[in-house]
Amino acid sequence: MSKNRRFNPDRDVNPWKGAYRPYDIAKEVTVCFIVVALLVIVLSALFGSPDVKSVTLKSWSNADRVDFATTAIAELDGTSGTATYGAPYNNVAGSGQKVGPVSLVNLMGVHIPVNPSADFVINPLTTVTGQPALSKALATFKAASPAQQAKWEKAYEDAVAKAKVVNNTLVVPAGPYGPVGVLIGELTSMATSGALDTSIINSSGFYSTDYTKSLLFVADSGYLANKGAAEHLSGDQWGMMNGTANYPGQPWLWLYTLWYQVPPFSTSWSANADALVWAFMMVLTALLFFVPLIPGLRSIPRWSRIYRLIWRDYYKGRV
Amino acid sequence: MTTTHDAPPAYEPLPEDADLWTAKIRRKLVRALPPDRMVPDRQPAYLSSWIYIFGALTMSALAVVIITGTLLALEGPAWWHLSTVGLFVNSLHLWSVELFFFFMVIHLWGKFFMAAWRGNRTLTWMTGVITFMASIGAGLTGYLSQTNFESQWIATQAKDGINAIGAGAFFNVLNFGQMLMWHIMILPLAVVALTVLHILLVRTKGIVPPFEIASPEGGAHADATAETAGGEG
Repeated sequence: MSKNRRFNPDRDVNPWKGAYRPYDIAKEVTVCFIVVALLVIVLSALFGSPDVKSVTLKSWSNADRVDFATTAIAELDGTSGTATYGAPYNNVAGSGQKVGPVSLVNLMGVHIPVNPSADFVINPLTTVTGQPALSKALATFKAASPAQQAKWEKAYEDAVAKAKVVNNTLVVPAGPYGPVGVLIGELTSMATSGALDTSIINSSGFYSTDYTKSLLFVADSGYLANKGAAEHLSGDQWGMMNGTANYPGQPWLWLYTLWYQVPPFSTSWSANADALVWAFMMVLTALLFFVPLIPGLRSIPRWSRIYRLIWRDYYKGRV
Repeated sequence: MTTTHDAPPAYEPLPEDADLWTAKIRRKLVRALPPDRMVPDRQPAYLSSWIYIFGALTMSALAVVIITGTLLALEGPAWWHLSTVGLFVNSLHLWSVELFFFFMVIHLWGKFFMAAWRGNRTLTWMTGVITFMASIGAGLTGYLSQTNFESQWIATQAKDGINAIGAGAFFNVLNFGQMLMWHIMILPLAVVALTVLHILLVRTKGIVPPFEIASPEGGAHADATAETAGGEG
């Protein structure tokens, strides 16, 4: 560093020539710890913490069989959120958010392969034994051409829109949906019994700590979205910074959440909002990190004169 | 034998031991982190404001976060759903985290308006910012490790942002096991290590002095060593 560099009040200080006074750091830290610990205990005793039960495929399908069947057919015919997501789960032409011309998600590619029709519908049904009607429906579906499969799926989609639940049973109006009615009907039965949770979670072995597939399936439902909205957790409700049951959640994410609420992120940029908000937050974070080196930005504290409030004892009597 | 009065400081090795690696490391450590700077009992007179307490409050809250998190870890991530004691420990963990961030944000803004990076303290500022970012990651993975609806919701929402920048390929917020490991091992280690580094920098560089009323005559200032030596004595 040059010894003759010009003094910059936003970067440099002069050696302190003034007085020193006794300062008991050990006592300060100890008292702070005790005060914080007591405060935490009081807040916990007064307010506790929220614990809203998780949604399982069983609880979802029992609460709303029609929504489950509607989601399941979307998984089978490849129109669900997960099926059309693209990387990192699957290859979908035209998918992947961009920052300008760059799609980072597509550059990284598919790292967590998910095939909703196989993983969420066909494979779990294949594990069921002792049900000839289901076995026959599976065989018929698998043997059919993709065009035929698509016709059945479309017919079932139309029919399930008018479905009802009678005596806890899904009743779908008759239609030309071939074996798909049996497939989705049996999948719904699997889900309501809890067998589908086990089948998907344990698909890679007895032990599992990875809930990616189950979560993606549940996230495609209207049920989870409605439950989130009821807890004020939707994206347009300031999303993740809110906690369940009106608890504070992660209020430190307010700035991140803010951009989703305002134009152009919420309007003309909404198709790439996630990528653009993250990119913007990275720029803001870099600015915060490099504040000491950025002329102008590092002068804000001196210009703001808030330091005079902080060091008011020091400035008392000084011009 | 030399007298006590003439003896070198205890950390200085005997001449015949000076080339030992151990002796060299000790001497460098003590010179870099002298005890009177690490645990000073006097501070410059300008250190008189309520804002200074927020650094210590943040550290205290972090200590409570770690203690309560360790208690939760003893019984596993699902314990608190089934036990009233577990639920209370979870509450302690939640509220200590809320206070930790509250104190840290005030500490950060206080240091911003003090321009606390002045006098060769840039690295102190930067380690503080990185600690804040690592803490946000620790908070997020904590929410993902709750094994309840909130975890499910946050995971399925957060995935879109993280996937959009390509990070979802290796940081899968839907993978509970991975998020738990990040929450109880990787990120706490990072936050604690960064906090220790931050505090060491604060202690070695000293507390930033107030802005001068006017710049010194002549405009030139001493080198970096001299300017930081003014922090505290």
